[in-house]
Amino acid sequence: MIPLEMAERTAAPDGRPMAEQPAWRRDFPIDLPQDQYVARRDFTRFMMMTSVACAAGQVLLGVRNWLHGRPVAATAQPIARADEIPVGGVKPFLYPEAGGPCLLLRPDAQTFLAFGQKCTHLGCAVVPDAEKKRLLCPCHKGAFDATTGRPLAGPPRRPLPRVALENRDGVLYAVGVDEPSA
Amino acid sequence: MPVPDDMEFFIDPNRCIGCRACVQACGECDTHRGHPMIQLEYVDRAHSTQTVPVVCMHCESPTCAEVCPADAIKKEEDGVVLSARKPRCVGCNNCVLACPFGVPKMDTEYDLMMKCDMCYDRTSVGRKPMCASVCPSGALFFGTRERLAAERPRSAPVNRFQFGGQTVTTKVRMLTPRDGRPEYVDVVSAMSEESAGKRISLDPMLGAMYDGEDET
Repeated sequence: MIPLEMAERTAAPDGRPMAEQPAWRRDFPIDLPQDQYVARRDFTRFMMMTSVACAAGQVLLGVRNWLHGRPVAATAQPIARADEIPVGGVKPFLYPEAGGPCLLLRPDAQTFLAFGQKCTHLGCAVVPDAEKKRLLCPCHKGAFDATTGRPLAGPPRRPLPRVALENRDGVLYAVGVDEPSA
Repeated sequence: MPVPDDMEFFIDPNRCIGCRACVQACGECDTHRGHPMIQLEYVDRAHSTQTVPVVCMHCESPTCAEVCPADAIKKEEDGVVLSARKPRCVGCNNCVLACPFGVPKMDTEYDLMMKCDMCYDRTSVGRKPMCASVCPSGALFFGTRERLAAERPRSAPVNRFQFGGQTVTTKVRMLTPRDGRPEYVDVVSAMSEESAGKRISLDPMLGAMYDGEDET
C-alpha cells in the first residue's frame, strides 16, 4: 500500500510524479487529507522529543531547587529591645532568611513570637488580629494561629515560617527560621 | 463527508440574466454572512448587457494553493478547493493575483482571503450550493450529468481552460454549444475576440435599443 504522504492526488504544475518532486512539496501538500495526516514516525519523534524536554525540565528544576534550597548559616539580627514592645504590641521587621517582611508579636509579658508575614497561599501580607489571636490574610480570608503559625481557615495549607528569637541582655535577636512543615 | 461523485456543478453563461439572485443568496449563507463569494461580471459592459456568474472553478492543480506561501489553501478529497484556513492565511494577496479566473478576494476587514468553496457545508451533505438553488434561469446548475444531458441536449460541458501557456483543468464545468464543441476554452484569445452576437445599444438617447447590426 502506498503511504498517504506519497499518494498522488493533486498533480504538481510540471506534471511529474510526486516521487520526483522536491521534498517541500510532500511537507506542504495541497490536499487536505495529506495535510492532516501525521506519519507514525513523525508522531513517535514528536512524543519522544516532548518526553525528553519534560525530563530535562524536571532535572533542571531539581538542580535549581537543590542549589537554592541548601540551608545557609542563619545570621543573628537585632530586632528590638524587649521593653520597647508593649504587651499585645506588634513590630514589623525585615529578616531575609524568613523571606523578607516579618512580624514580632508580644502576646503576654514573657512571650515573644515572630513569624514571616507572607501568606503561604499566594504571598499577601498577613495582619495581626490581637483579639482573636490570629494572623489574617485579607486577600482570600486566610487565618493563621498567632501562637503557632498554623493555618486555621481559608485557602492556606502550610504554616507561616516561624522566626527563632533570642533575648540577649534585653535585646531581641532573630537567629533562624523554622521552615514550615507541610 | 465528500460531495457525491455524481453531483457536478455546471455554469452556463448563455443563460445568465444578471438578476443577482445568486449574489444575494450567497451573501445570506451563514458561513460568510453578508459577504457574497460569487461575482457577477459583465462580459463587455460597453456593448452588451451579458453577465456571467463567476464561482471558484476548483482547479485540479489550484494555482492559488500553489502560490500560497502560508500553506493556507487546501483541496478536499473530492476536489473542492476550500477558502483560506483562517489561522494560516497571512493576507499576502498572492492567490488574488495568481488565480487565472480572478476568484479569490482579499477581505481587508479580516485580513483573510475568502472565496467560493462550493458551499461545502451544503454540497457535502448532498444539497445544492446557495447560488444554484436560487438561479431562476439555470445558468448555475448543480446536478447529475444525466439530468443535464436530458434537459440541455444542445450543450456540452468543458472543463479545460487555456491561459496563454497554462492549461487549467477544473472540477466545475462550463457549458458550451454542442455543435463544434471545443476541447478547451482559450480564455486569452476569447478576450480579444470580437463579439459574434448582435450589438445592443445601452444608451436610450440613441434611439433604437437594438440596431440589428450583425458583427462578424
